[in-house]
Amino acid sequence: MLVIPCPYCGPRPELEFRHAGEAHIARPADPSVTEAGAWAEYLYVRSNPKGRHIERWRHASGCNRFFNCVRDTVTDVIEATYPAGEARR
Amino acid sequence: MRHSIFSLVRQAFAGNQGWPRQWRSPAPKRAYDMIVVGAGGHGLATAYYLAAEHGVRNIAVLEKGWLGGGNTGRNTTIIRSNYLWEESQKLYEHAVRLWEDLSQTLNYNVMYSPRGVMMLAHTQHDVQSFQRHIHANRLGGIDNEWLTAEQAQAFCPILNIDPTLRYPVIGAALQRRGGTARHDAVAWGYARAADALGVDIIENCEVTGIDRDASGTVTGVQTSQGAIRAGRVGVVAAGHSSVLMEMAGVRMPLESYPLQALVSEPVKPVMPCVVMSNTVHAYMSQSDKGELVIGAGTDAYTSYSQTGGLHIAMHTLDAICELFPVVRRMRMLRNWGGIVDVTPDRSPIIGKTPVPGLFVNCGWGTGGFKATPGSGHVFAHTLATGEPHPINAPFSLDRFRTGRLIDEAAAAAVAH
Repeated sequence: MLVIPCPYCGPRPELEFRHAGEAHIARPADPSVTEAGAWAEYLYVRSNPKGRHIERWRHASGCNRFFNCVRDTVTDVIEATYPAGEARR
Repeated sequence: MRHSIFSLVRQAFAGNQGWPRQWRSPAPKRAYDMIVVGAGGHGLATAYYLAAEHGVRNIAVLEKGWLGGGNTGRNTTIIRSNYLWEESQKLYEHAVRLWEDLSQTLNYNVMYSPRGVMMLAHTQHDVQSFQRHIHANRLGGIDNEWLTAEQAQAFCPILNIDPTLRYPVIGAALQRRGGTARHDAVAWGYARAADALGVDIIENCEVTGIDRDASGTVTGVQTSQGAIRAGRVGVVAAGHSSVLMEMAGVRMPLESYPLQALVSEPVKPVMPCVVMSNTVHAYMSQSDKGELVIGAGTDAYTSYSQTGGLHIAMHTLDAICELFPVVRRMRMLRNWGGIVDVTPDRSPIIGKTPVPGLFVNCGWGTGGFKATPGSGHVFAHTLATGEPHPINAPFSLDRFRTGRLIDEAAAAAVAH
């Protein structure tokens, strides 16, 4: 089980959190003019790296806020967490 | 050497010292007609059907570890075809038909045992969902029948149908032709049969790059044993499909998660079938060795760690102890994880890619073992002809752009 440092509440066990997928995926600004390939990229395509990965978590049983987390997907070591909306680390 | 009762008797009298190696261990040649990346069940089946049915015998199967050491050797060996949509039914039923005489086809006992797969309904929603599947299956010509809780217990006597359970069993869907097979034997059987047809199976050979010419067409691969040229490359790499496809610049609609299983100490036969429950998340069967084989869920987050969180396995054991009180005091012997590549619609991707000469068979998620023969069969057709077989045509990578998804989230059974 991961121990995840919530940027607002501090380190807590994984059970308090919900995983919310890859971070920094922006919704196309105007879906009505977005080409199907770009829309599919937004909806479905994920980088799924073996190594350094940036993902979103929500502290569902705590502050209930979303934040971003830099984790290595081989060792599961968490490098950093930072509030949603901040620049990509 | 062909396996038969006579070879068995002869070897038994000779102290079983005369069995030959089942496949060669060749050094890679500099070039092949085709390369299959990944010597798991699906990759080996692909190579076998390419050689046996399409006459393509100048093939290498490249494996970074050892043969069948990935998800083929880590799954819970359940076989069934009672999926919801017509496309999936055809694909998985194609596999079940091949399973039925696979041991004879390969001359290798894969221990296919159609002992019945029973999926438990615990809520009204489950009942409606399963009955919808049963009706869809009947229209597709696939056996799947509804059982009451009492009938379910009659089929699996150790099942607890006490109505006071937190999630009582209120019925079940049963596919009698579903069952299990010996997972290692499937990989070994395909490897042996493919090898006999001239296929080179090269272990400890990790693909580190995919070579392309100026037009973008695939010309071969870079490996830990040097460069190997090939006109067509088929990637059958399960959890590592995203990593391999990235080498050719193709981004995939996949996420890789750890999925766990565990086995108990061996006991005498107590369980005549496979029981699965999506709602409380537990599934269990008994191997021929007597171990209870238990499947747990995926972790919440993507990872390549090949281990899962202990709390995930604990959650499954809670459910197992409630459904099968007789196993409460048994010891678990081993617990392991595999990396499964999950697509957004829980259906696989089998076919062409935007890169000429590069083909992919991936996205089997938590349930690829059951499809091994069918998957290899249609992918071999795709590689040999350059175009998908009618059965795998709907499972294109392009469906995520066109929107023609094949949503099997309810049939996929494992919570993710």
